Parts: sequence; C-alpha cells; structure tokens
Amino acid sequence: MNKIRTALVAGVFAATASLGFSSANAAGDAVHPPEHHWSFSGLFGTYDRAALRRGFEVYKGVCAGCHGLRLVAYRNLMDIGFTEDEVKAIAAEVDVPAEPNEDGEIEDRPGIPADKFKSPFANENAARAGNNGALPPDLSLIIKARHNGANYLNALLTGYKDAPVDKKVPDGMYYNTYFPGQLIAMAPPLSDEGVDYADKTKATVKQQAEDVVTFLTWAAQPELEERKRTGIKVILFLLLLTGLLYVVKRRIWADVH
Amino acid sequence: MAQFQKPGWLENGLVRWVDHRLPIFTFVSHELYEYPTPRNLNYWWNFGSLAGIILVIMIVTGITLAMHYTPHTAMAFDSVERIMRDVNYGWLIRYIHMNGASMFFIIVYIHMFRGLYFGSYKAPREILWMLGVVILLLMMATAFMGYVLPWGQMSFWGATVITNLFSAIPLVGDYIVTLLWGGFAVDNPTLARFFSLHYLMPFVIVGVVVMHIWALHVHGSNNPIGIDTKGEQDVIPFHPYYTVKDMFGLGVFLVFFSLFIFFAPDYLGHPDNYIEANPLSTPAHIVPEWYFLPFYAILRAVPANFIGEWSTAWMGFILIEAKLAGVLAMFGSIAVLFVLPWLDRSPVRSSRFRPMYKWFFWIFLIDCLVLGYVGAKPAEGVYIAIGRIATIWYFAHFLVIIPLLAKFEKTKDLPKSISEPVLGGGGGSASAAASKPMEKA
Ligand code: HEC
Ligand code: HEM
Repeated sequence: MNKIRTALVAGVFAATASLGFSSANAAGDAVHPPEHHWSFSGLFGTYDRAALRRGFEVYKGVCAGCHGLRLVAYRNLMDIGFTEDEVKAIAAEVDVPAEPNEDGEIEDRPGIPADKFKSPFANENAARAGNNGALPPDLSLIIKARHNGANYLNALLTGYKDAPVDKKVPDGMYYNTYFPGQLIAMAPPLSDEGVDYADKTKATVKQQAEDVVTFLTWAAQPELEERKRTGIKVILFLLLLTGLLYVVKRRIWADVH
Repeated sequence: MAQFQKPGWLENGLVRWVDHRLPIFTFVSHELYEYPTPRNLNYWWNFGSLAGIILVIMIVTGITLAMHYTPHTAMAFDSVERIMRDVNYGWLIRYIHMNGASMFFIIVYIHMFRGLYFGSYKAPREILWMLGVVILLLMMATAFMGYVLPWGQMSFWGATVITNLFSAIPLVGDYIVTLLWGGFAVDNPTLARFFSLHYLMPFVIVGVVVMHIWALHVHGSNNPIGIDTKGEQDVIPFHPYYTVKDMFGLGVFLVFFSLFIFFAPDYLGHPDNYIEANPLSTPAHIVPEWYFLPFYAILRAVPANFIGEWSTAWMGFILIEAKLAGVLAMFGSIAVLFVLPWLDRSPVRSSRFRPMYKWFFWIFLIDCLVLGYVGAKPAEGVYIAIGRIATIWYFAHFLVIIPLLAKFEKTKDLPKSISEPVLGGGGGSASAAASKPMEKA
C-alpha cells in the first residue's frame, strides 16, 4: 500500500516535471508540426542510407546556395556510405584558401576530405546582403536547435501556403504557419523535380523534404546510431547486473527480514 | 546479534604495519564494518550514497571534458562540438556530464524531501542538515557556471540575467557584477573565470560532503520511524547490509540515467543552447535549467511595485527595489532551510506519527512542483497570480505552518523501539527477527 503510494507520487512528480520542461521550451505562436515516422527514431532507429545520400544531394543542390554546414567535414560523408573517391571529388569541387606560399601569398587550393564544408558566404554581412537582410542559419545543428527539430523542419519545408487575405505579407517574405510569426524570409526552397536523384527516386517536394531532414539529422547527430546501439547493450547489461544485485541483496538481508 | 566485528583483513601483516602509522584501515573498519545503522531504513535512504556517486561521475567526466574544452568565446561552442564529433566517445562523456547535472539535482531534491518527511533535520542532526543546504548552494553555483561553458544562446543569456541580479544589492551590487563579469558585460573574461570556478567548486563540494558524512557518523542515520536506536537489536552493520542495498539502488539509478544518456540526451536541455551565443539577439524566452525553475518562479513572483510601496510606507526611509526584493525572496527560500531545525520544535521526527504535518508535507511538495511549472512559463496572465500564491505558501509553510504545528499538532504515540514498532503488542515480523540470533550464512 505504502509502496504503491510512493510509486504514484513519484509518477506524478515525473509527469509534472516533464510538463514543466516541455512548456519551458514551447516556442512562439507557431502551429504544432505533424508527427512523421523517421527511420532514426525509436530505440533501434538507424539512418536510412539511401535517404541520407539523397538528402545530401538536396542539401548540395538546393540549400548549400544559402546555408552552411560548417561543423561537418567532407570526410564524414564516408561514415554514411560515400566512397573515398566520391568524397575526394566532392571536396575538390570547392576552393579554399591554402597555407601561405613561399612568397607569403595565400592562394586557393581545391578542398580535401579533411576540410569542413565550405559555407556559401564569407561572413554574416555577406549572407545578409545576399538574402534581403535575412540571415540563413548554418544547418549543422539546426535539428537540435529547434524544438522537435526533424518534424519541425519537415513541416516548414512543405508548409508554405497562400496567406489568408487579412494577413499582409511584405515583399521578400513568405507565409508559413510553422514558422514562429508566420512570415519567413526564405522563399520556398523545394520544388518538384528540383533535384535529379542519382538513384532515380521521384523528386517530389515531400520526398526531398524527408530526405534532407534525414541528412540534416545525421549532420546534427552523427553519433546517433552508435549511441543507440551502445545504449541497448549498456541497459541490457545494467538490467542483468541489477537483477543479480537484487538477488544478492535478498540473500544478505535474509537474516534481518 | 548482528556481527559488529572487525574484518579479517585487519590482521594482515602489511595492513597492521601501515595502520600502526596511519590508522586508515581502522578508520575504514570503524566507519563501514562496525558502524551501526538502523535496521529499518527504506529505499529513500539510498539517495545520499547515490549523490556521492554522481558527484564522482561529474568530476571524472568533467575533468575529461576539460582536456578538450577551450574557454574562449570564439572557440568554446566549437570545442564542445568537436568533443561531440571528433573526440573518441566524446559524445558519451559530454552527455553523461550534461545529464548528470540533472540527475544530481533529482537525487539531491529527493534526498532533501526525504529529510523533510522523516524529520532528519532535527536534533542532533542540525549541522548535518545545514551542511546539506551548503552543498545545495554550491551545486547551484557549479551547475549555473557549467551551463555557461558551452557558450550557447541560453548559456549567454542565462548568465546575463542571473549575474545582473547581483546589481540589486545595495551599495556594492554594481561592483560585484563587474567583478563577476571581469568587465562591463558577460564576455570572454566571464567565461574564463566561470570555467576556472566551475573546475574548482566540485572539489569544495567534496570537502563539504566529507564534513556532511562526518557529522552523519557521529549520531548515525535517522530512520523511517524517527526514534533513536536503543541498542544492538535496532541496528545492523553498514557493511554488508547497506553496501549491497546501495549497490542495488545504484543499478536501478544507472538504468534510469542511461535512458537519458543514450535515448533522450537533449530532452532535459533547451534547444537554444545549440545556437552559438549571440549578444545581439535575445531569445524569445530566457528560461533556466529545470532544476532552477522553482527558484526562478520565486524570483519573479515579487510584484514590481508592491514591496517598494510597502517598504516605503512601513519603513519610511529604506526603499527596497522590487528587483532586490525578488532576489531576497529567492535567497530567502534557501536561507529558510538553514533555520528549519529551529522553526520546527516538534519533538517527533517522522511524519508517520505527525498526522497533520504529513498533509502539509505533501501540499508543500506540490507547491514546489507548481513553482517549477510557473517558473517555466512566461511571467504573464494567470501565471503571475499562481506564482505569487505558491511563493507565499512556500514561505508560510516554513514560517507559519511548521511553528504552529509544533505547538498544536496532536502526534501519535511513538513505538518503544525500532525492533518493536508496534506499541504494546508483540508480534510483527521485525520483532520476531530481532529475537532470533542473527547468524549470517
Ligand atoms: C535562397 C536562399 C535559401 C535557400 C536556397 C534555402 N534557404 Fe533556408 N533560409 C534562408 C533564409 C534567408 C532564412 C532566414 C529566414 C528568416 O529568418 O526569416 C532561412 C531559414 C532557414 C531555416 C531556419 C528556420 C527557423 O526556424 O529559424 C531552416 C531550417 C532552413 N532555412 C532550411 C533550409 C533548407 C533545408 C534548405 C534546402 C532545402 C534551405 N533552407 C534553402 C534562405 C535560403
Ligand atoms: C558538482 C559537479 C558538477 C556539476 C553539477 C556540473 C555541471 C555542469 C553543467 C550543467 C554543464 C553544462 C553542460 C552542457 O550544457 O553541455 C557543465 C559543463 C562542463 N563542465 Fe561541469 N559540472 C560539475 C563538475 C565538473 C568538473 C569537476 C569539471 C572539471 C573540470 C567540469 C567541467 C566541465 C566542462 C569542461 C564543461 C563544458 C563542456 C560541456 O558543456 O559539455 N564539471 N557542467
């Protein structure tokens, strides 16, 4: 009886506490994004490799024009199935400043796998100048930097709508109910057939959004698969250990009870 | 009865040689093998040892993080991301440390509510309790400064809001804030000194924990029925009984902890802290980490003008600003814990024999949860009123209800001893066990 009440109290405590957290984070007045089932969610989630590859194609073909991915290195792509030669070729497509040469001048050299993804703009002012004064954020951590990141981004990318008649949309702004404040300075980036997938998947907006969200989730949490795999093992081990400790405890306490 | 025997290894030649010069083995034997512990401690008594273990976990993971972390505003955020991406098992170490801070507070809060329920703060354990409150304060300072280190948006803005509070202190306030900042805003010198102090404080905590346990071992643990142990039949040696019980508790806790580390590592955090600090862009809501929310609610509960008017009206010449009043209320909410042993003069410790206090205890617990909830909400509308009522209740609980209960509550009769919990009547499994000679297999 006492135990049950204790458990109840603990449960209420946990529930109230978690309520507190989620409301602590509730952002603005935006519409709640719909839930989507992701390959990487759940205890055993892993990244869908084909989606990652296509997502990279979307990022590179569309988003990279405005958004950086500065925390990810080209070599990291090898972790998700790109071959070394592919990675070398991708890295070499950009030019980055080299070490000073013998005359002390800094020239450009082609990128190498160890380089981080090159950002499209040299600095924040350049980025704003190229985007009507708005700043396209770096996308390396965007999934972790937004509440419910994957569902939010998926909803944002597919959620552009015509504004209701009474809503004034200024020039260079677009109406999107998932964005806090509803007016976003990013034009709808995705369009049907906007990219040509190497694996010939039909490039609908929905498909591209899901793929790029998967890719960006990996960019934010490259450790996710190893983390969950390790977690399963650790927890199984701990359950076993705890069970054994319980038995030992019962044995040792047998003469007291 | 139970074996309060010195362990066999004390007879070992080398052990004896060392012990003759530095009686460290006698000490261990005395504090573990011969240390008498009430036989009836329940699982709420597991949280003290858990707190000690998580402190060690924090120190070990913290020192490892410090090997890779760079305390500079231009590099801190990226250095943490490098830990996450490029350092071997860096993600694991950081997630343990990050969630470990939350676990530490969950454990310590449970530990404290345990003390409130069973009256563990009463004589002769007042100093033990007060050292615990010191530990709580040190933990809060440590966690606050640690949260600044990754230099995300909440790091920066949380640091700005909280350090600014000190400016409310009369006369020396501005000076203190400049000292905390190392300049005129939260900036690189702030980060550097917070890192230095964040490294130092856990070791200060270790020092206070040692005193805490020292004080504990003078009179031993309180227990669920809150009466003193009366003799050998009421106690068992700490080792092996409570060592094994604590190990089992640790196992359960580690499963809980692991669920966060491996499956929801960012659940307790705020997404804004994955955006690098930007002094030019203020987040929509600045909220502290969950474990500060009740105190944050108390801070904000003081009405903007109320105290100012009140104090000018009543004291005439001393004008307390609302901000200062809020800060005083927040620190007061902890200060009141310091004097709790003298506010509660009821001679009965355990709530089991205090039918009215028991109810007020649960109401107080709910009040703290409400404060935490309000602390997470923007200070507007109905939340302001709820926050104020809950704050008033918080203080009334300690300053009015507890002293009154001590006077007027009719407590139940206490059992004669732990091994004979049922007054008058014999029976009961515990007393049966007590009469049986305890020989361990
Ligand atoms: C033409 C330039 C451009 C392209 C291409 C572009 N964006 Fe953006 N993006 C922006 C700008 C500008 C903003 C800032 C919007 C604002 O603050 O109102 C932005 C904002 C965002 C945000 C932040 C929204 C928030 O919650 O603050 C995300 C996420 C995002 N873009 C994702 C993408 C993705 C994914 C792609 C590729 C499919 C993409 N963008 C392509 C210009 C672009
Ligand atoms: C009382 C024990 C401790 C508590 C409560 C504590 C708390 C915290 C918190 C809340 C953070 C922010 C985590 C995040 O958001 O990423 C943090 C970060 C950090 N702590 Fe501690 N800490 C403790 C002990 C230590 C010790 C002993 C060290 C050793 C130097 C240390 C080093 C660090 C470092 C380098 C960081 C920044 C890296 C990061 O953010 O992950 N901590 N700490």
